[in-house]
Amino acid sequence: MGDNELLKVSSNPHIRSAISTGKIMLCVIIALLPTTAFGIINFGYKAAITLAISVATCVLTEIVCCLVFKKKISVGDLSAVVTGLLLGLNMPPAAPFYLPIIGGIFAIFVVKMLFGGIGQNIMNPALGARCFLVISFPAAMTNFVCDAYSGATPLAKIRAGEEIELFDMIVGRTSGTIGETSMIAILIGAVFLLLVGVIDMIVPMTYIVTFIIFMGIFAGYGFNSYYLVSQLAGGGLMLGAWFMATDYVTRPVTKAGQFVFGIILGVLTGIFRVFGASVEGVSYSIIIANLLVPLIERVTYPKSFGRGGERR
Amino acid sequence: MAKHSFMGGIHPYDGKELSKDRPIVDILPGKELVYPLSQHIGAPAKPIVAKGDTVLRGQMIAEAGGFVSAPIYASVSGKVTAIEPRRIVTGDMVMSIVIANDNKYEEVEYEETEDVSSLSKEVIIEKIRNAGVVGMGGAGFPTHVKLSPKEPDKIDYCIANCAECEPYLTSDYRRMVEEPEKLIEGLKIILSLFDNAKGILAVEDNKSDCIETLKKLTKDEPRILVKTLRTKYPQGSERQLIFATTKRAINCDMLPADAGCIVDNVDTIVAIYNAVRFGKPLMERIVTVTGDCIRKPQNFRVNIGMLYSELIGEAGGLRYDPVKIVSGGPMMGFGLIDVNVPTTKTASALLCLARDEVSEVEPSACINCGLCAQVCPGRVVPKILSDMAEHGDEEGFLKKEGMECCECGCCSYICPAKRHLTQNIKSMRKTILAKRKRK
Repeated sequence: MGDNELLKVSSNPHIRSAISTGKIMLCVIIALLPTTAFGIINFGYKAAITLAISVATCVLTEIVCCLVFKKKISVGDLSAVVTGLLLGLNMPPAAPFYLPIIGGIFAIFVVKMLFGGIGQNIMNPALGARCFLVISFPAAMTNFVCDAYSGATPLAKIRAGEEIELFDMIVGRTSGTIGETSMIAILIGAVFLLLVGVIDMIVPMTYIVTFIIFMGIFAGYGFNSYYLVSQLAGGGLMLGAWFMATDYVTRPVTKAGQFVFGIILGVLTGIFRVFGASVEGVSYSIIIANLLVPLIERVTYPKSFGRGGERR
Repeated sequence: MAKHSFMGGIHPYDGKELSKDRPIVDILPGKELVYPLSQHIGAPAKPIVAKGDTVLRGQMIAEAGGFVSAPIYASVSGKVTAIEPRRIVTGDMVMSIVIANDNKYEEVEYEETEDVSSLSKEVIIEKIRNAGVVGMGGAGFPTHVKLSPKEPDKIDYCIANCAECEPYLTSDYRRMVEEPEKLIEGLKIILSLFDNAKGILAVEDNKSDCIETLKKLTKDEPRILVKTLRTKYPQGSERQLIFATTKRAINCDMLPADAGCIVDNVDTIVAIYNAVRFGKPLMERIVTVTGDCIRKPQNFRVNIGMLYSELIGEAGGLRYDPVKIVSGGPMMGFGLIDVNVPTTKTASALLCLARDEVSEVEPSACINCGLCAQVCPGRVVPKILSDMAEHGDEEGFLKKEGMECCECGCCSYICPAKRHLTQNIKSMRKTILAKRKRK
């Protein structure tokens, strides 16, 4: 040992796992690739442009915010890319170019950075921005006419009493936002996230099961599998349940809280879809449930080892 | 057979292959040995020698400072050169007896007992107490106190902690490979103190050879069972071990005896055997010297009081300059600022690492992933406790069961944002414990 070499000293433990925030975000991006690819194939190059603008806006906004707020530039953790991608996937394929720009700025600046950056936001940035856009630009955000499809989304058709092709809905050959149409592509990504351990089943499955039960009871079709599957495959439910309700920052950290969170999501989405003016409701369900998280966490703190928690 | 385990825990790189096949080697200390008076939980020992006195190997140099305390013995013959504060592994200065080694190793006479079963319980405990035996797994709790619960009849299990779940450590493993009989005889001595107890040898399944040997050696012992534990850190943590082997759970306000259990680690049980059978005080222990910077990782039988710096030389020296040196395992050991500190009764390893994973990455914001709660063996939510600790919220910290933390380090290990969760929780716990003590 050289005389001038000082040893590093720290509190235990002295080793760290290889997991990092950036790697987790990279897994989410990889998991979104099937959905992204399908969206581009399904809707054409315009979808690719919308996605690119959305991602670029989110990353740039975060860089500018960090510079202005004199914080360390944090885009290396890739969370802005995830937000941008999710926001883009929640846009209509032929969205005018200003929509992803406004949405990206709102998501990163207002929802994320003003609250203190990653980990501090109280609602999912992509969904916060989507809801902002739907309210501000309702016509543009719900215009799903594009080169490939004209006309209404499958959920709108169902409400109007029209026939829908269930197989097309599951594969994703329908109109809708870029990333929401293909149940299969979304599930491929979800399975990947489950396998690498980035997410677990609690929130998505509680959400989906609660939703099915709610719809079975209140939608007026009973437990009709054709109707229920079309409700699951239609709209943003799959994308929301697997990729946005599972967002770490805005879901409860406690296991019991995650069950409660999933149930609230299922009930809210059911209410919005059955009784609401819109046929959709996933985005609003998730951001409302996001706001309840601090309360949920407070009442669901686990029992510790030796006080009843040793088996859970 | 079902493997015994607990909820939570982690699977870090275990590094045991570096030293597990290296037999225990006896080494002789250098010129100077240092004996801190506080090598155990409880009152410091009181010196009974003075500067200039000549001492023999095995001679008591400091007596117990109370009931919860333990005497200290010279591990070499020589002359007391000083009684002064010296630096110990934690970085603190602690009053210590310094002995100059005369290299003669003249020993006192020990009082052997051929037939251990002829001894009364009181005599056995007295012998253990006299020998200065303390928990050698790291805590350093005086063993005679542990072996004197209020109601000895209510002890159902005496558990030998053979888990050795800390990465890199192989000292207990070598003991079990080379001297399993001593471990079993030691456990039988403990069992003789508790008429209604069964003995459990709890071994992780990465030491299957030990499981085989121990099973073979105990097949005619109706009171001793060998239980296989799943390899996972912190399987050897006292509360988790009791749960894994007996399905009984104790919280931080309880003692193992409250659940009818007594837990001792391998080296401690061998020390009990040596104390009762041969009348030998605790003055040696097995230390693993390892890490990627060590040229020849080894397991040494060390005379307690020997300096860590001498161990590095005995292990072939350094391959490259270490960035971090740890006394103990990487999960719960102490980072050293100086290697010229003495080995003590609780020194299980010296670990020299070429990388310091802690200072390599800056902590970033918590993303609320919940991994810390998933791995926490205490089943609390470290990220919430750490936030409360950072804000000085003592009330909230207590309400969220912050005192249940065993400081195992799993949360800091797993955290993707590389936050110092264990450190924050640990310092809050320290503050609260210090306040309780003052009251």
